Amino acid sequence: MEKIKVQNLTKIYGHNTDKALQMVHNGSSNQEIREKTKQVVGVRDASFAVEQGECFVIMGLSGSGKSSLLRCINRLIKATEGQILIDGEDVNQMSSQRLEKLRQEKMAMVFQRFALLPHRTILDNIAYGLEVQGVQRPVRLEKASQALELVGLKGWEDSYPDSLSGGMQQRVGIARALATDPDILLMDEPFSALDPLIRQDMQDELLDIQQKLQKTILFVTHDLDEALKVGDRIALMKDARIVQIGNPEEILLSPASDYVARFVENVNRSRALTASAVMVKPRAVAHPKDGPLTALTFMERHGLSTIFVTDRSGRLQGYVQAEDASDLVDKGIRELDGIIQHDMPTAAPDTMLADILDTLAYCKVPVAVIDEQSKLKGVLVRGSVIAGLAGERRGSHE
Amino acid sequence: MNSIPRLPLARWTDQSIDFLQGHWGASTQAFSEQLESFIKGLQLILISIPPELFILVMVLLAWWLTGGKMAIFSLIGLFFIYNVQLWAVTMETLAMVIAAVLLCAVIGIPLGILSAKSITAHRIIAPVLDFMQTLPAFVYLLPAIPFFGLGVVPGVLTTIIFAMPPVIRLTDLGLRQVPEELIELGKSFGSTFFQMLFKIELPLARATILAGINQCIMLSLSMVVIAAMIGAKGLGGVVWRAIQTLKFGMGFEAGVAIVVIAIILDRITQNLGKNK
Repeated sequence: MEKIKVQNLTKIYGHNTDKALQMVHNGSSNQEIREKTKQVVGVRDASFAVEQGECFVIMGLSGSGKSSLLRCINRLIKATEGQILIDGEDVNQMSSQRLEKLRQEKMAMVFQRFALLPHRTILDNIAYGLEVQGVQRPVRLEKASQALELVGLKGWEDSYPDSLSGGMQQRVGIARALATDPDILLMDEPFSALDPLIRQDMQDELLDIQQKLQKTILFVTHDLDEALKVGDRIALMKDARIVQIGNPEEILLSPASDYVARFVENVNRSRALTASAVMVKPRAVAHPKDGPLTALTFMERHGLSTIFVTDRSGRLQGYVQAEDASDLVDKGIRELDGIIQHDMPTAAPDTMLADILDTLAYCKVPVAVIDEQSKLKGVLVRGSVIAGLAGERRGSHE
Repeated sequence: MNSIPRLPLARWTDQSIDFLQGHWGASTQAFSEQLESFIKGLQLILISIPPELFILVMVLLAWWLTGGKMAIFSLIGLFFIYNVQLWAVTMETLAMVIAAVLLCAVIGIPLGILSAKSITAHRIIAPVLDFMQTLPAFVYLLPAIPFFGLGVVPGVLTTIIFAMPPVIRLTDLGLRQVPEELIELGKSFGSTFFQMLFKIELPLARATILAGINQCIMLSLSMVVIAAMIGAKGLGGVVWRAIQTLKFGMGFEAGVAIVVIAIILDRITQNLGKNK
């Protein structure tokens, strides 16, 4: 179900937007529009939809319009043109009372610099959203302490924000956003102000929380590694436009433009690429009924020293080594069963490369990629993995 | 140049004062009586507090808010005032300052909020404040007499004109200085106008607003002395009488008493802003 649907959203900053809008329609560049009308284009013609329970990342460098776009969603900034539908209701057309209600109940925001109120205790900070809704004090403090527990800060209820570290302050920011149990979380570079190590912890924690609560998240960042890690899908922005929307692998493997390609060049691919993205088709497989000679022939023909064995429905049984097979042939035994090795490394198609690099480095046998029914989907050989990490496009080598 | 006739600003002013007095005289008299009974009541309360108790409370307050040195200064300073028999007139002055500052806050803070929230209001209020602060006090001190008579009321009212601008200015400034992200926070959670104001903006502007109140107290104290010229009495009255009768020693004593009160009030209110 589509939770958020944005259609042809354009935001122009300035007092006299008509002419600038006309120029946007005619396809003039941002530069031209600024020179001719003194108006600045923040977002131009953005369209996307976010599914219920999805984490949608808006990513771009500073000035690319990502924060403007996020703020149009809850109308902190009013879009100049276009539709923002939340559950089918257009945010841009709402009365201010309706808008207040929507902000109170359906969405909450997490800020880059945490935005905690310095004159309130942690618990009262978290309870802010509930307080605005008019929830009675005992009830809202109860809910606030539940949210505080969720982010692992129990015991800090009565402290003030300035006694907390950055990471802890942002946990409070997240707890505050969760306390009202909104459907949608708007996160504006929530981890950018944190140290790298704490940033990674927070990303992991966000993923944990997301697994439990299944919120619809709109997450803005300038860090591609972060985008790839937390995003189900990513929209890349440049010069106020969305230049590509796709899941992390699509962005990495088939960048839509040189800009995106340059962007993804320096990313740590092992954290974004999954086994299925770099695996190759097994060049040959043997079946248990095949005799050792058949297996040996396959191996010779394809220049392999081992071969995977699957049953008729493609389920992986194990592998056979060339020496063992040739021993069997010498002894005149017809069945492979005795020499199939069952102990071997495997990976699921969605395993991150980062998690199997060690195995790949020390294991002599290729790593088999199998699905839940243990069907053989592909194999990871060092060459294809290294090529994937180095960023070569898939397809050019197969 | 000389062909342009002289602008009759002086005559217009006189005429409007006459007009206002004729039409508004009754209501200003009524207002004047209300205000007078308020100030007199305040003076009565302050004077009826035993000086020992008053000194003790002030010393403890100074101790709590600013520390030992200020407590000792308060003790010595207030005892000096008591010793030179200026206690009653000091209380008169204090009552006028309190009345003026209360009215400045009650009128000034809302005006400051208005000025921060509305560009139009800001454009109107800012030049009026400049006018209030730079117009020599004597120019409006005397015209106040026909409206409010001689005594404490015109004294306090002219004090308000002189001392209110910092309250308005600093309330305005304090609200404008609230970080953008915290404003966004309030809005993004669906706060109404008044929720924004009372839960986010005013608490965050508190220190700046208190700095404005502090300035207001200092200006009031200097003005109530000048207001003694139109019969406001108090410490200013003593100074005024001393000057007229060339008793410089008496004038110096009263002057020191004013300084003592000014320092105590200043330090205490400054630290109100810092304390949580």
